Amino acid sequence: MNTHMKSWFDVGSISDIPRRGARCVKTGTMTVAVFRTADDKVFALEDKCPHRNGPLSQGIVHDGCVTCPLHNWVISLETGRAQGADEGATLSFPVRLEGDRILLSLMPQTAEAVIAAE
Amino acid sequence: MSREKLVVIGNGMAPGRMLEELFEKAPGLFDVTIFNAEPRVNYDRIMLSPVLSGEKAYEDIIIHGDDWYRDHGVTLHRGAKVSGIDRVAKTVTAENGLTVSYDRLVIATGSLPFIIPVPGHQLPGVLAYRDLDDVEKMLDIAKNKGKAIVIGAGLLGLEAAYGLKRQGMDVTVVHLMPTIMERQLDPAAAYLLEKALTERGINIITKADTKAILGTTRVEGVELKDGRILDGDMVVMAVGIRPASMLAKEAGIAVNRGIVVDDGMMTSDPNVYALGECAEHRGTCYGLVAPLYESARILADRLCGGSGEYGGSVVNTKLKVTGINLFSAGDFAEGDDREEIVLRDATAGVYKRLVLKNDRIIGAVLYGETADGSWYFDLMKRSVPVTEMRDTLIFGQSYQGGTTLDPRAAVAALPAEAEICGCNGVCKGKIVDTISAKGLTTLDDVRAHTKASASCGSCTGLVEQLMSITLGDAFNPHAVKPMCGCTDLGHSDVRRLIMAKQLKTIPAVMQELEWKTSCGCAKCRPALNYYLVCDWPDEYADDYQSRFINERVHANIQKDGTYSVVPRMWGGMTSSSELRAIADVVDKFEIPAVKVTGGQRIDMLGIKKEDLPAVWADLGKAGFVSGQAYAKGLRTVKTCVGTDWCRFGTQDSTGLGIRIEKFMWGSWTPAKLKMGVSGCPRNCAEATCKDIGVICVDSGFEIHFAGAAGLDIKGTEVLGLVKTEDEALEYIVALTQMYREQGHYLERIYKWAKRTGLDEIRRQIMTDTEKRQGYYERFVLSQKVAQVDPWSERVSGKDKHEFKPMSELKLEAAE
Repeated sequence: MNTHMKSWFDVGSISDIPRRGARCVKTGTMTVAVFRTADDKVFALEDKCPHRNGPLSQGIVHDGCVTCPLHNWVISLETGRAQGADEGATLSFPVRLEGDRILLSLMPQTAEAVIAAE
Repeated sequence: MSREKLVVIGNGMAPGRMLEELFEKAPGLFDVTIFNAEPRVNYDRIMLSPVLSGEKAYEDIIIHGDDWYRDHGVTLHRGAKVSGIDRVAKTVTAENGLTVSYDRLVIATGSLPFIIPVPGHQLPGVLAYRDLDDVEKMLDIAKNKGKAIVIGAGLLGLEAAYGLKRQGMDVTVVHLMPTIMERQLDPAAAYLLEKALTERGINIITKADTKAILGTTRVEGVELKDGRILDGDMVVMAVGIRPASMLAKEAGIAVNRGIVVDDGMMTSDPNVYALGECAEHRGTCYGLVAPLYESARILADRLCGGSGEYGGSVVNTKLKVTGINLFSAGDFAEGDDREEIVLRDATAGVYKRLVLKNDRIIGAVLYGETADGSWYFDLMKRSVPVTEMRDTLIFGQSYQGGTTLDPRAAVAALPAEAEICGCNGVCKGKIVDTISAKGLTTLDDVRAHTKASASCGSCTGLVEQLMSITLGDAFNPHAVKPMCGCTDLGHSDVRRLIMAKQLKTIPAVMQELEWKTSCGCAKCRPALNYYLVCDWPDEYADDYQSRFINERVHANIQKDGTYSVVPRMWGGMTSSSELRAIADVVDKFEIPAVKVTGGQRIDMLGIKKEDLPAVWADLGKAGFVSGQAYAKGLRTVKTCVGTDWCRFGTQDSTGLGIRIEKFMWGSWTPAKLKMGVSGCPRNCAEATCKDIGVICVDSGFEIHFAGAAGLDIKGTEVLGLVKTEDEALEYIVALTQMYREQGHYLERIYKWAKRTGLDEIRRQIMTDTEKRQGYYERFVLSQKVAQVDPWSERVSGKDKHEFKPMSELKLEAAE
């Protein structure tokens, strides 16, 4: 049962994603957006804005956030939380780099866990 | 002769102000070294509350940036806490081992928050509220929302509570005394304030004595002495401060509560001074900025040989909680020798109380309406007898001797010596004189030259009124709106500087114009990208990651994440083969919706992103190019059938529309650009509500512009009449280029025209041949790069990554 939840998947190379951009990973049940920031950090969020399910992978990436293309909500890449006055969060997934390979886990992490781990 | 060495311990607002005064009075007199325990420059601590509430950022509250230290030759040791003073050797030593000798030493170590030593007070999550580190820790915990407990309902505690509430936390304030802010407010005003804060969702518990802070590895809550237990993820202690005088005490300098100073701010050691919250003057330790700035001025004077004396200060208080107006000053306790005047207006939530003694104001508490605070404070400080105006005193200054409805009248009536800015001790006369003498026109200038409203900002309104009185109509309080939170510059300034400094990349703009964020935001990046595309057409490499998704994938994103595709139909004309190709594409890709647009095009809606390149490939085979229906650029040229078919047509409007569209397609503009060409004044192409329109008449072509038919509805303005089709094209192209070069990003042409002035635009396009030709030629040059069909590029493989998922996981195989 659910063993895939715990493992890391090689989903591609960091060079597959443009800087300040994103690519999608389809899992069959959902789409995960994998982001690459200007300083080559990678983050993974479910490709769904907490506001109206806009595809975050299509947004503009700036600093540690992405602006949703539908209504300009700004979502933290690290925690998945809406910034500013907006409230809500999308699922965030652990992702790490091994060399230039991007490894993604599909065990979603809560924003609380992300902050506590810092 | 080498300069005297001045060492300053502490880099807060008081020593910062002292150095400013010193550099102004005697530049170069001292060789200055500052030790700062915090790893930063001097920032405005009064504004920490707006940073906590998210209304300002750290960058907004910096007083002295790096260049200030550099320009004045100050050596700043950041993150260097001083551990000892050797008064015999005249040296100070920092924890990092650095030892520096001094001729004169200023101790400005500020204050320490008082932490109640109840069990659990050392748990992680117990915070003070003194500096930016505290704010950052609070913001970090506040990210999780959760619950916060603030101990102490004084000025700082309430501001912290408000800020944390704004950050989405569930906030409870516990306070030992029966009423909140009891040092500044009488019970009636405290009641109103408590009610207002409760309405903002902050729980307040008074008469609550903290017994213990609960938790094992970090804070989990607070236990009160009456047995109540409150849950909390954070405890902020805001119960008071004590002067940080330990360093001085260890060095054998006389210390009482604070470091004892005389009226010249000198300690018991004649080479050592103390300034700010760590100092004790005539038995008083001050914690507000106004008296500290006054004493800073005295110390600067003394350091350059003056003999100024500090005589102590009367202080006033304002609470920085948005939407709550509160002012308190002086002494407002009741007493036999005192009288009071009270005004209450329950519905308006106004409470005013003045305390008089010997016919003079000695205390004032204002809630709800504080505009007269500075007037009362002025009367109080100058000890003015109020006998004659006693009956109407409480109604405020504008009520005295006259009735006028001009809100500026009260400010206009203030005497020149009335204090406007309490923090910086700036009076009306100084502000008015400086505005006139230096020709200041913006609030920022006035702040820079006089310091008025440059600290807590609560007197900004008064300063603006003074500017308005002094400058008349020349003062525009909303002169420059910054592009976004990443910069203070407005769009016009940025455009001007891009040209003036020859900036040709987004990183260059951000570096040279001192952007406050590392890579901009979704507001400024697309704007900068457009400005660079427009200004350097043959040199700038378009940054697709700074474009909105529609312009990146050349289709329009829909609410469900699918896209719509609109091929160009020149002038709205189409044919059976084009329609057949569209029908085939719709069938092949099972496109769920087809719609005719208002711009005489056909829109196919609901296309999956992955299918876009294949859809374009099929449309391309039929001769279609992108309609740029997504672009901040030329969209459509709507036409009527003109002389080809219409019995009223005066010119070939369809032909002109197609010609304009074929000439101008692909060009980027500040906002979308829609055009129309009507063959006669019956105007079937609705050209008179377009961005640019043409009405054909017998004698030629009437060119219109600056219409709107969206959020705003507005008929066009006439640019002028030209005789030939060639001229019509040239003038329209020149007008478009002028707008391209001057418009602000997302500013439609009618807004630009309003800002620029219709006559100026007519002059440049219709009468200034040289200008018109210049615009025309620059447009033609830019089109050489711009006129590439984005669809065919992508069919050939450009930006492949945009349209395919990076990976598709087969999860069942992972079992």
